[in-house]
Formats: sequence, structure tokens, C-alpha cells
Amino acid sequence: MSKSPYEVLGVDKKASDDEIRKAYRKLAKSLHPDLNPGDKEAEERFKEVSAAFAIIGDAKKRAAYDRGEIDETGAERPQWQSYRQYADTDARHHYHTNAGYEDFADLGDIFGDLFGKGARARAGPIRGADVRYHLRIGFLEAARGEKKRVTMPDGKSLDVTIPRGVADGATVRLKGKGGPGRQGAPAGDALIEIEIEPHPVFTRDGLDVLIDLPIALDEAVLGGKVDVPTVGGRVSMTVPAGVNSGRVMRLKGRGIKDRSGRQGDQLVRLMIAAPGKIDDELKDFMSKWRSGHAYDPRRFLKGAT
Amino acid sequence: MRITEDQVLLRVRYITANRLRAWVERGWVTPLKGEAGDEYDEIDVARIDLIRQLRDDLAIEPDTVPVLLSMMDQVYSLRRELRCVMRAIDSQPENVRTVIVTEIEKIRSS
Repeated sequence: MSKSPYEVLGVDKKASDDEIRKAYRKLAKSLHPDLNPGDKEAEERFKEVSAAFAIIGDAKKRAAYDRGEIDETGAERPQWQSYRQYADTDARHHYHTNAGYEDFADLGDIFGDLFGKGARARAGPIRGADVRYHLRIGFLEAARGEKKRVTMPDGKSLDVTIPRGVADGATVRLKGKGGPGRQGAPAGDALIEIEIEPHPVFTRDGLDVLIDLPIALDEAVLGGKVDVPTVGGRVSMTVPAGVNSGRVMRLKGRGIKDRSGRQGDQLVRLMIAAPGKIDDELKDFMSKWRSGHAYDPRRFLKGAT
Repeated sequence: MRITEDQVLLRVRYITANRLRAWVERGWVTPLKGEAGDEYDEIDVARIDLIRQLRDDLAIEPDTVPVLLSMMDQVYSLRRELRCVMRAIDSQPENVRTVIVTEIEKIRSS
């Protein structure tokens, strides 16, 4: 889900119009593209902040957003749609039922397999309802998988086994942990939808893990071995001599491994980091070096405008 | 995008928090139980409005509502399964399709 305009501006949902305006001005001042020439990230953030203010900075639009009539891009959401439009589609939804096909099994194995699944409904006793939960877990918990006991919002305590490499939005089913059944019928299931928290260092793309790795100026020029954090621990990687920022190195098999044994890679994007302080020695060396070896890294941009 | 109970109450007319919670309690509507409270999908919102119409506009008794909902769920699920089967048949070669259609007509009229 994308960020709400309140989150973008870092204000409370109950913030006054004045507070919102102040928060926007403060962010806009620090992010304005004309004050941050060439800073792509600031430019993107500025666009985001402006879009957020366009909605909650306007009393009418803010009210519409709070009522859920428009989304964070300002696009209108349908006011009302019949239930059928949602229920009678090919997309799976949680009111879909496979109950009531058990007599189909007589037709043969193929149909028994197709329609028999989950067909446990009988007349009289009624199976308990499935209860759906939402659970936020850490990035590494999701990558490694683990067992944990969690207290759900309705006060129920559940032992959840998070499968290794679980994907964001996946559902974990706990058999018999939902609502109680009637007249001795089995209980329903607990369906837990997993949300993975973002990690400050790692991001995920399927089973691949992406990371930005800062390297020193000398490492970029001379190459060498560097330590890289991965979800499985630190790994040594060889940086070739003469690399540029943005170069992506692939650590095969160092991404996320899922339950079926599929294994992703880690993609390491190199970012050259200049030393915080430029000392006289470096300054002298660079000045001398430049006089004989000057090159123009922007020669490809000449025809751009 | 999922919305909160408050947003549902703002969007669906003639619904109070007590009423909505009673429906959730009975399992007529199954929102996601999130840390910050219940979370509703678009289909939940449409279902809430459907239940409201059944109760208020069509004067359906509370005991009858779950029966109707269960029937509706089964019909929509059946229609979905039928579409799957039809699509599978449709992707077969011409001669296989003909055999299947002929067979269906035979069984139907027998």
C-alpha cells in the first residue's frame, strides 16, 4: 500500500489545517528542486510531498480523502458498486466457498480432486468461520522464517510458524484456530495475512535481495575485497578495479531461500563514497593527477539539450 | 487499498458501529483483524451495503440473512467454477470441444 498523505507530510490524522501547512512548507523548503539541483531523491520526495499537500492541504479534498472517496493520488474511488461486481469475478476472494461438492467425488478422481478440496460441509453441524488476521513481521524474520507466539487484536494467542522466505501479502493458514464449529463440527481456520516491514538496508524483489553498498574511493580505483551484509550473514565480495557508482554485482544464492528450496540472489549496487574530509595529501595528488590525465565523464551528455 | 471501520461507517449510509460489529460478530462480514483494528476491502464494503439492503429495504429477518448470504456465496463460487471449466474447454482443439459439447447435450436430454 502506498503512503497516506498524512504519512508523507509526517503529520497526525487529526492535525489542524495550519499544522499541515507548516509541515508542508518545512519539507518543501528543504526539498525544493531549485535548492537541491541534481538531487534526484530530493526531487522525487518533493513531488510526493506536493501531491500529498494537494490533497490534505485542501479542506474539501481532505474530507473526501478521509471518507475514502478519493485515494492518495486524488483519483476517485467508485461511490457504490453492487456486491455482485466484486463477488462474481474470477479473482479469488474470502467469501468464495468450496463447500457442498462432496457428492461430486462419485464422478471420478479428477473431479473429486478439483471440487473435493475443502468440501467438508454437512447438513446440521456447521464448521466454524475462518477468522482473518493481519500480522506485521520483520524483514529478517520473513527471510529466515521462525515460530512465534503472537497475541491477536481480538485477544487470542496463536503459535504462528512463519515459513522461510514468505512473501509480502502471503497468507498463513492455521487449521482449526478460527471460530468454533456448531454441534461438534470442526472449528474454522485462522488466516493470517503477512505484511513484511521494510528494512533499513535490504529491500526485496521476489527472492532477490537488493542492497546499496558504499565503497571507498581507493577501493573503487584499485579494487579489493569488501564485506557485504546478507540475510544469511556477512559475505566477502571482490570489487573489480575501476568500478563506477551504480554498478551492480550479483552474489549468487545469497538472497532469500523459500520453503520449496528456490533460492534468490543478492544484488549489490556499488556507491562510491568520497572521504568525509579531503586532506592536503589527497588534494595535492588529485591536482597533479588532473593536470596530465583529465577526462570528461559527461561527454555523453553533450547532445542532451 | 483497505480501509478502517471509521471509513466504512462514513462510506456506507445508515450503518452504525454497533450494527456493523454485530454483523462481524456473526461472521456475515469477515474483515481482516489488524493491529490497529479491523481492515475492510472493497468487497467487504459492498457486502455490508448488501446486508443493509437485505435488512432495511427488503425487510429480511436476521435469521434469514446468513442463509441468503451462504446461498449467494455458493452461487457466485459455482459460477466461478463453471467459468473455469468453460475456459478450459474453450482452450481445447476444435474436435475436442465438439466432442464435449455433444456429450453435454446428450447427458442433458437423457
